[in-house]
Amino acid sequence: MYAAPFSYHRAASLQEAVKLLQELGEDARLIAGGQSLIPLMKMRMARPTALIDINFVSELGDIRTPKGELHIGALVRHADLEHSAAGATIPLLHDCAAGIADVQVRNQGTIGGSLAEADPSGDWGTALLALDTSVICFGPGGQRTVPLEDFIKDAYTTVLAHDEIVTALHVKLPLKGSGGAHLAFKRCAPVYPTASASVQVMIEDGNMCKDARIILGCVGLTAIRAKEAEAALRGKTLEEKNIRTAADAARAAADPQSDMRGSADYKRILVGTLVKRAIGIAARRARGESVEAGHEYAGR
Amino acid sequence: MPDVKKVLVRVRVNGEAREAEVEPRTLLVEFLREHLNLTGTHVGCDTTYCGACTVILNGRTVKSCTLFAPMADGGEITTVEGLSKDGKLHPIQEAFAECHGLQCGYCTPGLLLSTLQLLKKYSRPTDGQIRKGIAGNTCRCTGYQNIFKSIRMAAAEMEKR
Repeated sequence: MYAAPFSYHRAASLQEAVKLLQELGEDARLIAGGQSLIPLMKMRMARPTALIDINFVSELGDIRTPKGELHIGALVRHADLEHSAAGATIPLLHDCAAGIADVQVRNQGTIGGSLAEADPSGDWGTALLALDTSVICFGPGGQRTVPLEDFIKDAYTTVLAHDEIVTALHVKLPLKGSGGAHLAFKRCAPVYPTASASVQVMIEDGNMCKDARIILGCVGLTAIRAKEAEAALRGKTLEEKNIRTAADAARAAADPQSDMRGSADYKRILVGTLVKRAIGIAARRARGESVEAGHEYAGR
Repeated sequence: MPDVKKVLVRVRVNGEAREAEVEPRTLLVEFLREHLNLTGTHVGCDTTYCGACTVILNGRTVKSCTLFAPMADGGEITTVEGLSKDGKLHPIQEAFAECHGLQCGYCTPGLLLSTLQLLKKYSRPTDGQIRKGIAGNTCRCTGYQNIFKSIRMAAAEMEKR
C-alpha cells in the first residue's frame, strides 16, 4: 500500500524542524519512528502533504540521569528504554517499554512520538502518568515545560501547537519505599492492549500505603486517573479488602467503549483486575522484591 | 499536489553500497525489492503485523513495510540475501531446513532475521525469550513448534563455532 504523495524534508536541528513546520503549514507532519503515522498514511487515514523527518536530529536520542530525575529524549526508542540500566531503576517504565507491540516495532517506535500521537490505547500516556512526568516542548518562542496531566487533552489531541516539538520527558525518580507496575492485557503481541493499568504506591511500616497513583489505559478517550481508587488505599493497609475497594473504584472510573477488542463491560471488569494485580506487584516491589510483570497475552 | 521531488537514498545492503532515487513515499521494503532487486524480503500483511518484511537496519530488526525509504538513508541493512556466505547457508538457515521450520516459506526471511537478532542477545534463549523474540513474526502454516526447534538447534550450532 502506498501513502498519498508527500514531499520529504530532513531536519538537521530542532530549529530547522520548527522553521519547516512553519513554512510548510498545517498539512505538514513530523515523523519520528513512524510506527503509528506510517500505517495511518498507508490506509490514507492521514494524508500529510509534507513530512519533516527528525530522525537525524542527534540531540533527541539520549537517556540522562541528572540528580533525582530521569531525562528521556523524544527519539528514545521503546527498545532503548527496555534495555537501559536507567530505565530499569523505575520498574514500571521497564514493564511498559518491554511490552509495547513486538521487537521490531519497539526497535523503531519512539517515546516522544507515542505521547505526541496521544492514541487512547497508547501505553506511555498511562505509564508515565503514574509518575511525576513533565513534557519538554520546543517551539518558535523557545522551550516550555508542560506537566503530563495537562499535555494530553483528548483522544489524539495534545496542547502542542503546530510548530512545536516534543524534545524530552523529565521523570522524577520515585522515592525510596515506593514501587510501581504497568500491566496491560492484549490479544497478541503486535496489537494495542484491550486495557491497561499503571500503579505507583509508597509504603510505610511494611504494609501501610502512604500514597498511591492509579492510572487506567484504553478505557477512555485519554488515560484516566482513578482518584477514588487512590483514596481507597491512601493511609490504609494494603490488605485484600482495601485492594478490592480500590479495584471497584477503578472500574467505576473507567469509561470504556465497545470495539473489536472487547465489549465495554468486559473492559471494565478487566481493568479492575489489572489494577488489583498491579497494586500487589507495586507493593512487593516497594518492599524491595524483584517481580517480573508487564504485558500479558496468550503464549507470553 | 505536493512537490514529490524524488529523494536520493544511499544505504549499505549486505555490505555493498547501493543507491536509488525514489519518491519519498516508497516504503523500505519496496525500495529493496523494486529498486535494488532484492526480492528475498517479502511483503506479507503490509500493515505492521506479520513481520515477513523484517530486515536488520543499523543492528536492529525493523518492519520494512513501516518505514519510508528516505528514513533509512545512510543506514546499514542486512536482508535474507546477506545471511549465506560463499555459497554456504548460515547456521540459522541450515537449522530451519533441518528442523522443517518452514512449509510455504513466505514468513521465513523475516523469521531468520528475527532469530539472528534474538541469538545475538541470548546465545541460549529460553522458550520464553524465543516466544518474545519472534512475537512480531507470524507463520500461518508450519506452526511454531518446528520454528522453536530450529531456533534451539541454530543456537547450539552457533555456540559451537
